[in-house]
Amino acid sequence: MPSTRDIRRRIKSVKSTSQITKAMQMVASAKMRRAQQAALVGRPYSQLLNEIMAEAAANMSGFSHPLMEARPVAKRAVILVSTDRGLCGGLNSNLFREAVKLDKDTTVFVTAGRKASQFIARTRRNLSAEFSFKDTPLFSEARAISKFAQELFLTGEADAVDVLYSRFINTLTQQPQMVPFLPIGKLTATTAGINAPKEELTGGNASEVFEFEPDEETVLGELLPHSLNFQMHQILLETKASEQSARMVAMKNATDNAMQIIKDLTLEYNKLRQANITKELLEITTAQMAVG
Amino acid sequence: MAVTLKLEIITPAAKVFSDDVEMVTLTGIDGEMGIYPTHMPLMTQLVAGEITARKDGQNIFLAVGDGFVQVTGERVAILTDMAVRAENIDEAKAEEARQHAVARLAEKLSEEESATVQASLAHATVQLKVKRLRQKQDSLVKM
Repeated sequence: MPSTRDIRRRIKSVKSTSQITKAMQMVASAKMRRAQQAALVGRPYSQLLNEIMAEAAANMSGFSHPLMEARPVAKRAVILVSTDRGLCGGLNSNLFREAVKLDKDTTVFVTAGRKASQFIARTRRNLSAEFSFKDTPLFSEARAISKFAQELFLTGEADAVDVLYSRFINTLTQQPQMVPFLPIGKLTATTAGINAPKEELTGGNASEVFEFEPDEETVLGELLPHSLNFQMHQILLETKASEQSARMVAMKNATDNAMQIIKDLTLEYNKLRQANITKELLEITTAQMAVG
Repeated sequence: MAVTLKLEIITPAAKVFSDDVEMVTLTGIDGEMGIYPTHMPLMTQLVAGEITARKDGQNIFLAVGDGFVQVTGERVAILTDMAVRAENIDEAKAEEARQHAVARLAEKLSEEESATVQASLAHATVQLKVKRLRQKQDSLVKM
């Protein structure tokens, strides 16, 4: 049977925990709004970029860019994008559960975010490079990752590059998702989701023959890497949005739980206190009766 | 026959411009070009500089960064990393950004950093160029 002092002490400690989780929830919700905004403003740009790419691809006559070359996949690279910090619910564990399914021997990992590199090191998988990105991912950070992936692909160290990240669906739902990154030939299939209503338009325009200035090779040579960089940036932004949302929800649950515990403990404390008073009163009256 | 073109200028941060215009002048990789409605389908690279759009006889000027242009008969889509309307350019701010970038370039930078600084330098320079050109032409018209 704990004494009233023990219970008081526990209430105090739970209360201070709830203050911390409450503060983290506030911070996360403020950051979340910004991160979601950032992830969403890039949508029209990426839509148009995809459209241009699709049309360019449809217009290519017997020309192929090295980044589009599809090879039999003997070795593949996976870019694992995680958060830097924990305390964001099951976000990273869900992501890593997907990563575990990949074949250990034929997959090399490129990580972005500290949790991912820790995970790869812990499970002793092949790590080829690790990158970091800030709370507001910069385009240059995305460019570094995407450039590295392109080099892996072009030098033949990997025959395909995929990205595994937490897709932001809404504040309550984030989903680990694997998207193909290289070779680009697969791109039209992956963008179909975002691009679905535009698909008809693309089909209509494909009959038009585009003139390239100065020529296909130069334009595509610039366009393809740029679109990869941009795609990477978009992925980083989405990861951040997922992270902040997941953290906010996790912290809100933690705060709620702490409040519940405080409530239960307070009830128990009061009961005990009352029992003690009753007991004391009883003792006094008994003593009085014995004397009198 | 279409008499107007739909001009769309989109940056990663926002949709800067989306309107029907009569003519667009822009700087492509092979030099300046004017695009009228029913232009032949074309895809090219955009070089940082000035874009002029004519709408109802009025010229609208924008400063843009590097990017891509896609022209179809009725639409001009421009993807660029930066775009600002001439009247919205803050000259003092651009000048400050330019000097900051120049100062940063003097330091030792990694390849990635220097690419970023180069880009912001290019943006600031283009903004200043467009702004000053506008001011010069405005004062000529007034004289």
